[in-house]
Amino acid sequence: MAASAASSKDRQFLAVIGDEDSVTGLLLAGIGHVSDGPDADKNFLVVDSTTETSKIEEHFQKFTQDRKDIAVLLINQHIAERIRHRVDAFTDPFPAILEIPSKDHPYDPEKDSVLKRVRRLFGE
Amino acid sequence: MSGAVGREAVFPTRQSLGLMKNKLKGAEIGHSLLKRKSEALTKRFREITRRIDEAKQKMGRVMQIAAFSLAEVSYAVGGDIGYQIQESAKQARFRVRAKQENVSGVLLPSFESYTQDGVNDFGLTGLGKGGQQIQRCRETYARAVETLVELASLQTAFLILDEVIKVVNRRVNAIEHVIIPRTENTIKYINSELDELDREEFYRLKKVSGKKKRDVAAADAAILAARQRAAEEQAANPEAASKAPPAKEEESTDVLGENEDNDVIF
Repeated sequence: MAASAASSKDRQFLAVIGDEDSVTGLLLAGIGHVSDGPDADKNFLVVDSTTETSKIEEHFQKFTQDRKDIAVLLINQHIAERIRHRVDAFTDPFPAILEIPSKDHPYDPEKDSVLKRVRRLFGE
Repeated sequence: MSGAVGREAVFPTRQSLGLMKNKLKGAEIGHSLLKRKSEALTKRFREITRRIDEAKQKMGRVMQIAAFSLAEVSYAVGGDIGYQIQESAKQARFRVRAKQENVSGVLLPSFESYTQDGVNDFGLTGLGKGGQQIQRCRETYARAVETLVELASLQTAFLILDEVIKVVNRRVNAIEHVIIPRTENTIKYINSELDELDREEFYRLKKVSGKKKRDVAAADAAILAARQRAAEEQAANPEAASKAPPAKEEESTDVLGENEDNDVIF
């Protein structure tokens, strides 16, 4: 338990994988963080219809596994739908994965991996 | 069921009986404590689940408002500002810090959002026009992200509690269905073995005393028979009675001999 306490202390950023509008809005709120140096490491990814699924998966992997300073990963629900198997397979408490609605895609609680678990636990 | 559980490999002694009884008592205490812990956690878990449901609904509304204010911005600015904003994001102003809350010995993390002072990447954004809308949009999104962070901490607590409740319930069931029956079986086994030993011991003593009684009875009968024979012989020929005294003399000489030895010591 002590190890997880230590690891959760360092996590102070949020990360976003979303369409351009969601990312723009969240960056305006001030969650964007770009590390210094030539290979600047961004904590956000803009996904549009031309973005390949492998790129989304790669960033998902980077935000959830490789980077240890991310506490919450926000991901648009329609994008989470594209990498649903990865999102469902990720069950660690950190970082918390939050599926958010986007402007063009209204929120559907039936698809949320956490809400699905809630529903299953209560036998609905 | 009890047959499948089996018993522990112990020697049936009174000492291990005492150990087993202590173990059973410990297991029962542990069981009731864990049961209570599981109930407390489940209560908490249900509360969190309800709050997640509410927060998800709220998030839907908040994000809708935020998206609308962003639309206002792009209308006011009259162009796409997404690229400009993505390029000017350098330092996170909005950060979270993890706190921990203790619920029945389980550490639940909860995120708390705070804004880093002195960091403002978007000072020049919307300088030309639409600055007011951008300001409002930033505030709206900041509130939305606060909601999101709250939801994220609920969700993390949900995942951790889910895991912990599973573990605790597994332990409760293991104690209830394996450890307690097995210990009871062991106690039963030791008791039956000890009873068996008691019975064996009792039977052995009974046998020994029976044998002794039989021996005494046989010896008595032999003496009686000898006396009878002697009496009969005496009755048959009285002359033979003169033979008896020498035997008594031998005994008395023995006694005398001992006395002599005593005299020698003196």
